[in-house]
Amino acid sequence: MKKWDILLKGIVRENPTFVLVLGMCPTLGTTTSAINGAGMGIATMFVLILSNIVIALIKNLIPDKVRIPAFIVVIASFVTIIQLLMQAYVPSLYETLGVFIPLIVVNCIILGRAEAFASKHNAFDSALDGLGIGLGFTLSLTLIGAVREMLGSGSVFGYKFITGDGMIAFVLAPGAFLVLGYLMALFNKLKTRMR
Amino acid sequence: MEYFAIIIGAIFVNNVVLSQFLGICPFLGVSNKVNTSLGMGAAVVFVMGISSIVVYLLQYYVLVPLGIEYMQTIAFILVIAALVQMVEIILKKISPALYQALGIFLPLITTNCAVLGVAILLVQKEYSLLESFTYAVSTAVGFALALTVFAGIRERLELNDVPQAMRGVPVALVTAGILAMAFMGFAGLV
Repeated sequence: MKKWDILLKGIVRENPTFVLVLGMCPTLGTTTSAINGAGMGIATMFVLILSNIVIALIKNLIPDKVRIPAFIVVIASFVTIIQLLMQAYVPSLYETLGVFIPLIVVNCIILGRAEAFASKHNAFDSALDGLGIGLGFTLSLTLIGAVREMLGSGSVFGYKFITGDGMIAFVLAPGAFLVLGYLMALFNKLKTRMR
Repeated sequence: MEYFAIIIGAIFVNNVVLSQFLGICPFLGVSNKVNTSLGMGAAVVFVMGISSIVVYLLQYYVLVPLGIEYMQTIAFILVIAALVQMVEIILKKISPALYQALGIFLPLITTNCAVLGVAILLVQKEYSLLESFTYAVSTAVGFALALTVFAGIRERLELNDVPQAMRGVPVALVTAGILAMAFMGFAGLV
């Protein structure tokens, strides 16, 4: 039962985007469409799970003082791996996400989980935690991407449901801030309603 | 003229926060007061200026000759983190007054993705050393500008009656959205 709890808490109760408000740069920068949001979320989840596992395995070998630099090197290595993989297998997505792929390194969610969870728990629990938080992040990004795509270009996951263009502003920079702001307000509202 | 285009482009047209979405965390985190955001802005100008030069030298005199460009992400993040630490130590020694003003913001800069983001963009755009420096400083000025304007708005916003669910981050994001819309007016300037 406890394992389920570790996995599920990232999706709603400790949702990285709407509750913890972490990793805002990729959240705003890459959610121009549902596909891009999902791509970014999955890339981050990959790094999160693997870095959590490795950090949980080597946590006893790292002296406490150089903990943070060591974590960053582990994370940066996995980011480089996913960067090369994406360049090879999904070059178009890699182009669209651009600078945000290498910037996964400084995503506070990953370092935050390493410090708060992986450095205190075993590898299996850390992997579950990475999966849960990663799923929460992916779902939020996909949701924001879907809303922006719907309003901005009248399609979802590339399937158009209106003819002509949508409100372009939602695909551009202002739309990112507005959509995230209102979705977050909605999330807060639903949370107080449920209590 | 070319440099002028870089400066205007980096400050207004492609503002680092409002159109490139880099450095959102400090943008939302330390933008409650105009004074603190000015301090943060100045610290970012300082660090970004130095890091652009260091990153340029690292890329073209270490990574490229050795043929290990794929190590870029790891090398850059470590160098930037070390650089921030070093700047902090040096500043403490040679200019205590400046350290007093910028000190508390310096550790926060390591986690500012704008610094790493700009370093990567500089390499992608294949700028020369002087162009890199100009671009980095202008970007940082753009960051400081957005941060200060936003702080000014937020100081006013605190006095207003915001609906319960919108309080805190959501209303800040909506405000930033409107500000981003205003900055879109600069599009086509260069």
